[in-house]
Amino acid sequence: MITKRIIPCLDVRNGRVVKGVNFGGLCDVSSPVELGKFYSDNGADELVFYDITASAEGRALFTDILTEVARTIFIPLTVGGGINTLEDFDRVLKCGADKVSVNSGAIRDPSLIGAAAKRYGDQCVVISADVKRVEGVFRVFAKGGRENTGMEAISWIKRCVDSGAGEVVLNSIDTDGVKKGFDLEMLEAVCDAVNVPVIASGGAGCKQDFVELFHRLPKVDAGLAASIFHFGEVTIPELKRTLRENNITVRL
Amino acid sequence: MVGIIDYGVGNLFSLRSSLEAVGAEVFVSGDAAELARADRLVLPGVGAFEDAACKLRQTGMDKVVYAAAEQGKPLLGICLGMQMLFEESHEYGCHKGLGLLKGQVVAMEGMLPPVLKIPHIGWNSLQKQRESRILSEISEGDFVYFVHSFHAVGCEASLAATTQYGIPITAAVEQGNVMGCQFHPEKSGGVGLAILKTFSRM
Repeated sequence: MITKRIIPCLDVRNGRVVKGVNFGGLCDVSSPVELGKFYSDNGADELVFYDITASAEGRALFTDILTEVARTIFIPLTVGGGINTLEDFDRVLKCGADKVSVNSGAIRDPSLIGAAAKRYGDQCVVISADVKRVEGVFRVFAKGGRENTGMEAISWIKRCVDSGAGEVVLNSIDTDGVKKGFDLEMLEAVCDAVNVPVIASGGAGCKQDFVELFHRLPKVDAGLAASIFHFGEVTIPELKRTLRENNITVRL
Repeated sequence: MVGIIDYGVGNLFSLRSSLEAVGAEVFVSGDAAELARADRLVLPGVGAFEDAACKLRQTGMDKVVYAAAEQGKPLLGICLGMQMLFEESHEYGCHKGLGLLKGQVVAMEGMLPPVLKIPHIGWNSLQKQRESRILSEISEGDFVYFVHSFHAVGCEASLAATTQYGIPITAAVEQGNVMGCQFHPEKSGGVGLAILKTFSRM
């Protein structure tokens, strides 16, 4: 049986993991390489590295680090942040990324997904969408959730999948940071609209939130989170044991 | 020494790194003379079958594969590289494979319960079908990472392990020195590394 995946997400700025982390036993808690290895050794099914650097220098540093991460870690790596062109795809794939996640870049240039899927295959292209309810309608937001594009989210995601995106990361701005559980209503709407893997993001506060996610929405393939893992509130092996006790298939 | 065959398909960075991580001496090359010096070969592959098989022949790397198979050198096809070891593929038309193993590559679409998504992406467990050298260090039920939409059928003669995705899916094959994994050992954590280690020392 295919497993549900648990995916920690690391935000990297100027070569360091931001927000910091809170783990014992790590020499350098903001080293992406060390933290990536820690997660890989401790049950993560996949890693997402998100480049939130604005400068060109920072970007070059990010690719160096990515190369180092890919040399050390032998689970799938997804990279996002600042992906606007096919050259950006090329740059991170050459460093050893397996999948590339596109957000604002696809909003700016909707042909990017189709072009990338044609060149690298659907399995390589992930559409990441930041979505928020505005007057009862799911709307796509750009620029890290600051700007309402006015686009209706479900049709936007469907359009991206039809153009070749092989996976969807749905980040609910409404539940992000609230730690009261994933946005099941929004996730259900996306799962009903597409037939590619859907990764839930935004809102996880405890182990039970993941149990509820996979029980209530069996079509969701993976749960992504950052701070609850980074601050050790939930450890991945512990989470996976709880999921297994609740009859959810995981890799232990 | 492990030679990774480079015929212009996909990124070989992770594969090379993972073999280095298990202590293998490894090089990537698209040169027949260089590859002839390797004592074992890996045939990687991503993307579409027709395009990859065509590039393999254009670069003359098909002859390198045949020579290794003939000389009894361990040969490991990974993902599309495994699929190319079979007689033919029905991925968008009918295309000839290398024919080193008996079997065909067919679409999973239409064969699976409709609730299952295609591609088959993620971690799934191995069910051994018989003893094999390539999976000798692997336990029943170990998880490995898959990404594919097509799979091999009619390959009972070489079938070493399957995985369950609605139906049993060909996961690993072995016939003498010719071996293949549908999954990606270079992305399958410790289990994948153990497989590559076994391969690099057999």
